[in-house]
Amino acid sequence: MSAPGDFDVIVIGGGLHGCSAAYHLAAARLKPVVLEKHVVARHASSASAGGVRRLGRDPAEIPLAMASIEMWHAMRATLGDDGEFRATGQVRVAENVDELRQCEARAAQVRALGYDHEVVIDRKELRRLVPAVAEQCIGGLYTARDGYAFPFKATTAFRLKAEALGAVVKEDTRVEAIERSGERWLVTTNRGPFRAPVLVNAAGAWGAEIARMLGEEVPIEPVALMMMVSGRMPHFLDPTVGSMGRKMSFKQMQSGTVVIGGGHRGRVDPLTELTELEFQFLGESARTVAAIFPLMKHAPLVRCWAGIEGFTPDELPIIGPSKAVPGVFHSFGFCGHGFQLGPVVGSITAQLVTGGKTNLPIEPFRVDRFAGSPPQA
Amino acid sequence: MSAIDLAIVGAGPAGLAAAATAAELGLSVTVFDENTAPGGQIYRGIEAVAGPRARDLAVLGPAYAAGKAVVERFRASKAGYSPATTVWLVQKDRRLGILRDGKASMVEARRVLIATGALERPVPIPGWTLPGVMLAGAAQSLLKASGMVPAGPVVLAGNGPLLWQLAAQFVAAGVNIAALLETGSAYKAALPHLPAVVLAGGYLAKGLGLIASVRKAGVPIRRSVEGLRAVGKGRLQAVEFTAGGRAERIPAELLCLHQGVVANAQLGMAIPLKHEWVEAQRCWRPVLDAWGNSDVEGIAVAGDGAGIGGADAAVHAGRIAGFEAARALGRIDAAARDARAAGDVAAWRRHLRARPFLDALYPPARALRVPADDVMVCRCEEVTAGQVREAVRQGGTGPNQVKSFTRTGMGPCQGRMCGLTISEIIADALGKPVAAVGTYRIRPPIKPLTVGELAALE
Repeated sequence: MSAPGDFDVIVIGGGLHGCSAAYHLAAARLKPVVLEKHVVARHASSASAGGVRRLGRDPAEIPLAMASIEMWHAMRATLGDDGEFRATGQVRVAENVDELRQCEARAAQVRALGYDHEVVIDRKELRRLVPAVAEQCIGGLYTARDGYAFPFKATTAFRLKAEALGAVVKEDTRVEAIERSGERWLVTTNRGPFRAPVLVNAAGAWGAEIARMLGEEVPIEPVALMMMVSGRMPHFLDPTVGSMGRKMSFKQMQSGTVVIGGGHRGRVDPLTELTELEFQFLGESARTVAAIFPLMKHAPLVRCWAGIEGFTPDELPIIGPSKAVPGVFHSFGFCGHGFQLGPVVGSITAQLVTGGKTNLPIEPFRVDRFAGSPPQA
Repeated sequence: MSAIDLAIVGAGPAGLAAAATAAELGLSVTVFDENTAPGGQIYRGIEAVAGPRARDLAVLGPAYAAGKAVVERFRASKAGYSPATTVWLVQKDRRLGILRDGKASMVEARRVLIATGALERPVPIPGWTLPGVMLAGAAQSLLKASGMVPAGPVVLAGNGPLLWQLAAQFVAAGVNIAALLETGSAYKAALPHLPAVVLAGGYLAKGLGLIASVRKAGVPIRRSVEGLRAVGKGRLQAVEFTAGGRAERIPAELLCLHQGVVANAQLGMAIPLKHEWVEAQRCWRPVLDAWGNSDVEGIAVAGDGAGIGGADAAVHAGRIAGFEAARALGRIDAAARDARAAGDVAAWRRHLRARPFLDALYPPARALRVPADDVMVCRCEEVTAGQVREAVRQGGTGPNQVKSFTRTGMGPCQGRMCGLTISEIIADALGKPVAAVGTYRIRPPIKPLTVGELAALE
């Protein structure tokens, strides 16, 4: 290390993916620095509903999700902190025969790919797992080893372990310019220059801005995903519950509060990094919750918020090497379902940095897959 | 859904005066009030007290009786009144989320005036969560709303005009006051502001009158009280403290705590309007122009919610905001606004001259702003000052991170109760000014809403 700003790897973005990458890089005996424009876990990584879910994933993501779930289960051993991960399973309820058929088709599709983690459950098994579910729910899909975690604490767990292994985290450090200087990248920030031969772009909804600085156009739309949380309720639910036919993600946390998401979108101003909620959609969310969990009708909602996430046109993330410049690896644009993938994608990024390849199939996530498609509005 | 001209949140002196003024100038106005009758906190129950409960009027005193004229003028105007209505959201586009009859809905307005008044500053002392300990303003609200007085013995502790006012009201109502414990009033620091408070008219005489009536009744008074604790098994049994170096213990059934009021900025912070830290009042207030306009087009704030000025100042601020609303919506031009508002502007400024004296005289005690480790600061989530300091040691640089670490501010009050204390503790621990540390990001709904109530929103 020749100067204070010199590192082996510069990780841009202090969210779950940046912190996971920093941990895996540091564990591989490299010295990474994480540059975070605000504070660690400022946006999606603390606003996330925290679902650790393989259930219902795009087939392209299943191999990664299968590897990642093992890392979640091992997290206490590897990081010394489990980010409050609880493997209480994930369920998607079917409210009618059509939806139950969709469950069967989905389970068959997953089996055909060689996996058996998604299973169809009947009315009786659904009630055993989710006693509070409404009468019209006739079954569903279930993954037993999935669950949820506390996003801020999971991100912090990676950050603290990375720091313990020698990584440096710089908060309130905004990237202003990136240029190639010999064999190294020179990243200019409001807190001075940083240099390293390798860059990791884990800038979330701002990942496309970083890519653009490197001459790579990626169509990313910043989206504000809305969530609501109730006051503390007596314990009534273990698994995280979604729906085959409606937008809902529903879980009761250890504290007794119920976190409700489901992909309802608010408005986002990427410049001010502020979000505004669209309450008519939260009204719909409340109707869904009241229909599937009638006991929730009288539950007080104490807070609603939205996290800013980057969405790609095909709703799959960008993972892997830059196709424009050497020594750059992307890990952003997780489209609202990157939380579960955090551990494994950090490990993939570290493999790519250290050995140039990974044993997991990341071709579907290549950065140039949208080339030639019309630019986003 | 057709937009009303002016939606006013809150029916205290500022909201009512603004409503009457704007309606008299021809605007369509609706006042949304969480209570069932106009008056806000300061004039709570005034219509009932001035009518069927006339006996309570003598107890509550002349400052309270002044509310009668404000409410009467509002009632005489064409302004609409929506009682028992909670405003849980104001958006930048001037849509309001309201809750009425168990159903959430949205209301559109061309202009919004936030007149949500003041909140009591929290007084986190050891034992403040025991039953039998309450804030003085809450005790006063019971008196106004229903004439309820404690059986006693009562201890009043803290500082500020409201503490003396409550003591005087309790004296008039025949309550058994065991002691009034005053924490750190800064007479010397207030002295330079004495001429201004005299010019403000009435304030000094009113304050001295309250103090005299409490003294005359023989209420034991302790000055420079420190180490205040509420003690008891399961409920309050006694108040312990030191005064003049001597430890004392006074048995009590009720302890009323007070250390001043602060702007209730929650609704504006959730929009968010731009806010600033006011060192003299140690609280946040919205950044406003001379007419009460915020940095968000069409949204104004008036009264104590814009910074503490008291009820008389709030009436004038409300009228000023009413004239400005009429100008902004094209009913009168700027010259007409200036001419009509001139008297209120002068009166408003005169009333505000009393503040520097009161702010300097009654600073919130450091031990109450930055409590010891074992004192609970977030009552909803039961988080202690020590846990907040621990989160700072773990790398928390502001209230939002400390919230993620500890859950403080995540409960039903949304940080209304603990927000100031949390910012003060973090600033103190980091050795930074409170202004640099900031406050919670406040998220709607600012008052809890049930799933069933929100489900009504289409």
